[in-house]
Amino acid sequence: MLSILKTLWLILLHTFRRRETVLYPEEKRRIPPRWRGRIILSRSPDGKERCVACYLCSVACPVSCISLQAAEDEYGRRYPEFFRINFSRCIFCGFCEEACPTLAIQLTTDFEMSEYVRMNLVYEKEDLLIDGPGKYPDYDFYRISGLAVKGKGKGEGDEELPPVDVRTLMP
Amino acid sequence: MTVNLSSFIMPLAILLILLIVSAWLIWLERRLLALWQDRYGPNRVGPFGLAQVIADMIKMLTKEDWVPPFADRAVFVISPAITMVTILSAFAIVSFAPGISVASLNIDLLFFISMIALNAYSPVLAGWSSGNRYSLLGALRATAQMVSYEVFMGLSLMGVVALTGSFNILDIVEAQRPLWFCIPQFFGLVVFVIAGIALTHRIPFDLPEAENELVAGYHTEYSGLKFGMFFVGEYLNVILISSLITTFFFGGWLGPVLPPLAWFIIKTFVFICGFILLRASLPRPRYDRLMALGWKIMLPLAILNLVVTGSIILASGY
Repeated sequence: MLSILKTLWLILLHTFRRRETVLYPEEKRRIPPRWRGRIILSRSPDGKERCVACYLCSVACPVSCISLQAAEDEYGRRYPEFFRINFSRCIFCGFCEEACPTLAIQLTTDFEMSEYVRMNLVYEKEDLLIDGPGKYPDYDFYRISGLAVKGKGKGEGDEELPPVDVRTLMP
Repeated sequence: MTVNLSSFIMPLAILLILLIVSAWLIWLERRLLALWQDRYGPNRVGPFGLAQVIADMIKMLTKEDWVPPFADRAVFVISPAITMVTILSAFAIVSFAPGISVASLNIDLLFFISMIALNAYSPVLAGWSSGNRYSLLGALRATAQMVSYEVFMGLSLMGVVALTGSFNILDIVEAQRPLWFCIPQFFGLVVFVIAGIALTHRIPFDLPEAENELVAGYHTEYSGLKFGMFFVGEYLNVILISSLITTFFFGGWLGPVLPPLAWFIIKTFVFICGFILLRASLPRPRYDRLMALGWKIMLPLAILNLVVTGSIILASGY
């Protein structure tokens, strides 16, 4: 009996407590930078697309929401002809970001992407591609890899040695 | 034949105000529960979320009013109406202030008890006609609970009647002019409040509709306006019990400075908030403990209270 009265009193004291609710649209929570939100495609520092259309993100995606088609431009660089993410399926697991060998696909802190029409949740390449390098400002896949493209031959990348002639035994 | 217009307007006004207030009480309850749980509750629709009630009503009215094919149709339809009719009739005897009441009978209090007793039919018939096991279990619990708690609800009020010497509400309130009955009839008050909570089937006595065991108890199969009747009926019941606690034990409309109606509303409002506080803080007891509390503690207490009151009245030769 006494415990019941004590309970009532303690609950009544909650009248003067601060309310825990965050009134969302007016008041926003701090979102950590590694938040897994809306997916974007970034560009390398020279402004070219980072994506090399290797399909690894599409393969890694557990809900198969990424589809793309590879193509090759006049420089010999691979790029996606189209790149489509169906955000009504996406579960924001971040596996695509982990799978991406060129750091092209990245998850951002934006999560306010509700739509009334389901088709509006299908993002095309134009919607996904941003102008900057995203989380990795200095990374440029073609400068680091040994892959030869037009304008950059073998051994011309950063921190790269000239190619070894495998047909000679000389050191 | 002359028709007294005010005799129509008064009941109609009381009916409308009661229905509006009981709907608004849903908002009040949600806001207060939120306050005591450190949340905000509905605060978006209209100022302070007051229009939430209107939104809820529109939702409830536009829902499909579905009668399950296995239900006993006639009884199923009629039982929510029983709640509303009985509780609203019970309001006929409540005097909000001198002159503001629907009816003044010489058996006010008995009329109230009989209407509350008839109200027990509503969950029973609803649960029985739904053709659903959970509903039936809820109905079973509702019957046992209401029958057992009505016994000492009546008895707890007999002390008040003995002190007043009348069943009339006006006489009961006037008799409290020197001293509110909450002091001489303290045990009567305790028993009446507990029985009142049991009759409204609210937490901690909401076993007939215990969500985690019985889905929603006797109104599991109800939807749309029929569910709305049960829902509003519950809040009407809360207002009824609160206003009767005020009337029987806290001097009704008596009070200094402010007009009588204001006093009545303030006191009733405090008790309504008390009901909500109970809901915010207490868990639900086990069913057998509920019955044991009723028959083994409350009934003897009510009888003892009546006996002691009676003997004091006899001894003082009053």
